[in-house]
Amino acid sequence: MAIVELDSSRVSGPSEPRFSLAGMEAIWGYLFISPWIVGFMLLTAIPMVATLVFTFTNITLTGDEPLRFVGLENYERMLGDPRTWDALGVTLRFAAVALPIGLLIPFAIALLLNSSSLRGSRYFQALFFMPFVIPFVAALFAWAGMLNPQTGWINGLLEFIGLEGRDWINDPDWIFSALVLIGIWGIGSAVIINLAGLQNVPTELYDAARVDGAGWWGQLRHVTIPLMSPVLFYSITLGMIGVLQYFLVPLVLNGGDGRPSGNTYFMNVHIYKTFFTFQNMSEGATLAWFLFLIILAFTLVLFWSARYWVYYAGETK
Amino acid sequence: MATDTEVLAAPPIQAIDERVARRPADRRGILRSFGVTFFAVVVLAAFLSPLLRTTMMALKTQEQIGATNAPLWPATPGTFEYEGEELDVYVVPMPDGTSPELALLEPGRQSSVFVDPANPDAEPITWEGSWRALERPWELDAHWENFGEAWTIIDFPLLIRNTALLALIGTLGTLLSCVLVAYGFSRFRFPGRNFLFLVLLSTIFLPATVTLIPTYTIFVELGWVGTWLPLLVPAFFANAYDVFLLRQYFMTLPRELDDAAKIDGAGPFRVLWSVILPQSWAVVVAVAVFHIVYTWNLYFEPLLYLSSKPDLQPIALGLARFNTQYSQQVQLVQAATLMTIVIPMIIFFLGQRFFMRGIVITGVEK
Repeated sequence: MAIVELDSSRVSGPSEPRFSLAGMEAIWGYLFISPWIVGFMLLTAIPMVATLVFTFTNITLTGDEPLRFVGLENYERMLGDPRTWDALGVTLRFAAVALPIGLLIPFAIALLLNSSSLRGSRYFQALFFMPFVIPFVAALFAWAGMLNPQTGWINGLLEFIGLEGRDWINDPDWIFSALVLIGIWGIGSAVIINLAGLQNVPTELYDAARVDGAGWWGQLRHVTIPLMSPVLFYSITLGMIGVLQYFLVPLVLNGGDGRPSGNTYFMNVHIYKTFFTFQNMSEGATLAWFLFLIILAFTLVLFWSARYWVYYAGETK
Repeated sequence: MATDTEVLAAPPIQAIDERVARRPADRRGILRSFGVTFFAVVVLAAFLSPLLRTTMMALKTQEQIGATNAPLWPATPGTFEYEGEELDVYVVPMPDGTSPELALLEPGRQSSVFVDPANPDAEPITWEGSWRALERPWELDAHWENFGEAWTIIDFPLLIRNTALLALIGTLGTLLSCVLVAYGFSRFRFPGRNFLFLVLLSTIFLPATVTLIPTYTIFVELGWVGTWLPLLVPAFFANAYDVFLLRQYFMTLPRELDDAAKIDGAGPFRVLWSVILPQSWAVVVAVAVFHIVYTWNLYFEPLLYLSSKPDLQPIALGLARFNTQYSQQVQLVQAATLMTIVIPMIIFFLGQRFFMRGIVITGVEK
């Protein structure tokens, strides 16, 4: 329809602008969003495609071999490499532990903060949120100290109540728990989002449920959780994408060497080591696309499942 | 105009206050209220306890950290000055059942001679037994000099300067680009707008790894490794979170004011600058505080691009480097950790409302 608009503006006389009002508006719109368009092309779209192209070549950072297409060689090598499956296994097992905890704890704290019996809720909100701003490196050192087998307070508490302490960070059975604790200060934003979601639940619905004889659990099960499902959906999606890419804490903790027993050798750690330590660019790219496809698959399944369990109030679709 | 600002600045919870106001006055309600609040205090104390431990550790001596039986708070074993000599104090169990704290004057294998610090002029006491088996009393003694030592070794002023400069330039770039893009998406109609906005939002879900290798290669080719450019330039090209936050806010502003300004002959930049931005300072502050906290947290990008340039590194990477070099000096690492935490914490307490409101907008209203 742009042509028609151009023609009509030409008809209206030489003193008129070359473009119609709508045309001008569109030009301004594109102009204003152009920083993002340029950035998206240069920093996202082109690099993504480039990564995909790399996976079919023998490209290296130093360029010491003549560049050629190798077909699916990188994929064959990756799929035949046990390290790929070990790293994927560690990542999925950690996700299975960290994701439910990462959903449950902020939800539980938000329920507590939303309780009408809690005095000074505003102060509690601020203090539960506060560690969110602490750099993760600092949070790591603070929590690794708590988990220290000799000087840590967690073992101190366990021994005080008559239980046995453990070497959290060096014990393959307990490293996931240690990593979850190390990341716990990051829950601040999830608490705030959950709390805002809880406050959006109309109080009439609780009154109605109470009239129908629902107790605390019944109200939670039949009112709160269904109405919170959009927030839960958002948290699950972003949490899953985050946890499948998890690698910064292990990188600082042990330089990505996988200790103890390979249980911190996550998929993204594997990609980092392949590319930056072993300088293997094409294999790194292949792994990166593999991880991207896995994350995409999980995301699509989640979005597909949303129609069965996510409830949008006022949705007309 | 003022009402919009108030909406943003208001704490997310207003219902709580109302409920508190009509809190039941009966005894069960008070008891319940006490129980829930007490529980919240316990959970919060556990949640924040590492901060307390880090502070305690930062004030200790290395000897205390290595010692068994040492208290949780910073302390040193007591000493007593006797006739110009520094004597170690021990807890000595006496035959009469008391355990006074005595200063060891003459250590011996079977018996030792002690003086009583409370009564130094009295006859020295001879005690039968091995003094090596005795415990020492710990006296509160905070070693503030650990902070000074960590400050110097880690070169804290340089790290703060680097981080602050990165935060300042990055915030300017983020605000400049994200405000323009959000304005474009919220106030102009153009073909493909909804599709492009969806593409923008989908970048939130895109794993960073899939763009990392070519991006790194490009920065190497451009000769940007060892400079701040790989950390700063992307900030000038807008990001999905901040654009979304600003756009959602701009959408709530009434268009009548825009139209009035346009009738007065204001162009699109003029409308943005004189009409939209003056109503949006609270959300602009939210973007700024988010970016400052983001910069304080930066670790991976500086690790990639500034490993060879310690003089240019920001604080989180500096702290990690300090830990690898001084991991045996636990008290110094914990002091440096605490110093790293302080500034984001101050920013949090100053900008608390903006943080929380910003998170609610990006998290709930999507």
